Amino acid sequence: MSTLGRYWRLLRVQVRSSVLLGLQYRADFALDGLVSLFWTLTAVIPLFTVFHLRGTVAGWTFGEALLVTGWFTLLEAILEGAINPSLTAVVEHIRKGTLDFVLLKPADAQFLVSTARFEPWRSTNVVTALVLWGLGFVRLGHGPSLLGSLAALLLLVTATALLYSLWILTVSAAFYVVKIDNLTNLFNSIFDAARWPVQVFRGLLRWIFTFLIPLALMTTFPAEAMLGRLAPTALAWSLVGAGVFAWLSRRVWLRSIARYTSASS
Amino acid sequence: MSARSTFRALPTLFRIGFAEMVAYRAEMLVWVLATTMPLIMLALWSTVARDAPVGRFDQQDFVAYFLATFIVRQLTGAWVAWQLSFEVRTGTLSMRLLRPLHPMVSYAVENLAAIPLRLIIALPVAVVALLLVGSERLPKSALLWVVFLLSLLGSWLITFLANSAIGTLALWTGSSIKVMDVWLALFMVLSGYLIPVELFPPVVRSAVEVLPFRYQIGFPVEVLTSAHDTRTALILLARQWTWVAISFFLVGVLWRRGLRRFAAYGG
Repeated sequence: MSTLGRYWRLLRVQVRSSVLLGLQYRADFALDGLVSLFWTLTAVIPLFTVFHLRGTVAGWTFGEALLVTGWFTLLEAILEGAINPSLTAVVEHIRKGTLDFVLLKPADAQFLVSTARFEPWRSTNVVTALVLWGLGFVRLGHGPSLLGSLAALLLLVTATALLYSLWILTVSAAFYVVKIDNLTNLFNSIFDAARWPVQVFRGLLRWIFTFLIPLALMTTFPAEAMLGRLAPTALAWSLVGAGVFAWLSRRVWLRSIARYTSASS
Repeated sequence: MSARSTFRALPTLFRIGFAEMVAYRAEMLVWVLATTMPLIMLALWSTVARDAPVGRFDQQDFVAYFLATFIVRQLTGAWVAWQLSFEVRTGTLSMRLLRPLHPMVSYAVENLAAIPLRLIIALPVAVVALLLVGSERLPKSALLWVVFLLSLLGSWLITFLANSAIGTLALWTGSSIKVMDVWLALFMVLSGYLIPVELFPPVVRSAVEVLPFRYQIGFPVEVLTSAHDTRTALILLARQWTWVAISFFLVGVLWRRGLRRFAAYGG
């Protein structure tokens, strides 16, 4: 059997087990969904306030900025449904020393830990994102550009890859600083800046959010693509950037795991 | 547990709390980095105010406001809700109950012990703020400085007591982190942490005046940046301390009732 086929089957097993696990705690997940919906609703208040005071901010109108927030909300949904649950579990493994059991299995450890938990029902925010885009385009008075939407779809893939890579980098820090609740917190609060178009920031901060922590590539670029005003070179650079980050996070993960000294024994 | 013995234990508890903070300094650094949101909002609002001032705020005002916000947040942090929720779930709360000291006092001292280290972070920010915007926005009268110090104490107390009240709910539900999440979402938006409360649309604003959140961050920041005359500041101070009293009462009731249900699982 080919390696790819084997990993595909493994992925199916993992997804099935997390669905079964999820079905056990239905009420809990309904509550989770509600809480994250609530977070999104309150988090839109600053956007409304800013545009209540100003027609355009850094060249973005309210409708256009809603698209960026829509992308932010969508990525947040992906984060909560597919990335956060697994990687929080890794941190717990590291703290307790049970990562040994994962490492002993005859498959790639990063693959195993990254696919350990999926909680798609936490992704109520996908709906919120669609609503925000709808509102944005209604305000703009026209639909998304066709070619641009294809580019946006491609950017969704790169954005997810970037988000995942950044998370892997953050989790790798758990091998060094064991108490991690704070790291999740840190990640979320930095990611929060992605709800604004990157043009809002200037100087050093914009440079950081474009190259070092590429939030711009995750939300501003896809929104610009939808509006049909993203330069093809920017699209190409996003692909390169996502590739570089994926490679880098893989390197760092391998290095960190080499440092792992089972905490329990 | 007499008041005298509690009082005598305080310095030692504080020393232990401080030592713990020093031991987990990396964790604290991460926490500080996670509270840099005011700096992001500072960048955002300066862009908004670049061409013309927003309300009474020009770019300099925003610098003063958000640096003050950063400082106030550092000095008024509390995390009892997570502590309590965790200790109820794991049963370790029983350890605290055995000591001849009210658990709330020990939580309070542990949380306060973080402040000296956080001052180390807050002070340079204060110096930078003074260099950037000058001292003319600081309170002019001694009375307003007293109001500021009282408002800082009040906002710590509201934060701590609200945390305790929500943490105590874990005695009924097993975990109250989700309630805390909802509280935190409201706090972020309505406290003046991201948006000075003056800039809210009128509808939101009238709600903010009544809710406790504004008195956790916005009010001390406004006093520090001289947004109010003495009369208004005193009225707001009275409202803030009303909230302190309400939350104090609430924690008392919840704690007494909840403790009867405590089963110390696994403890």
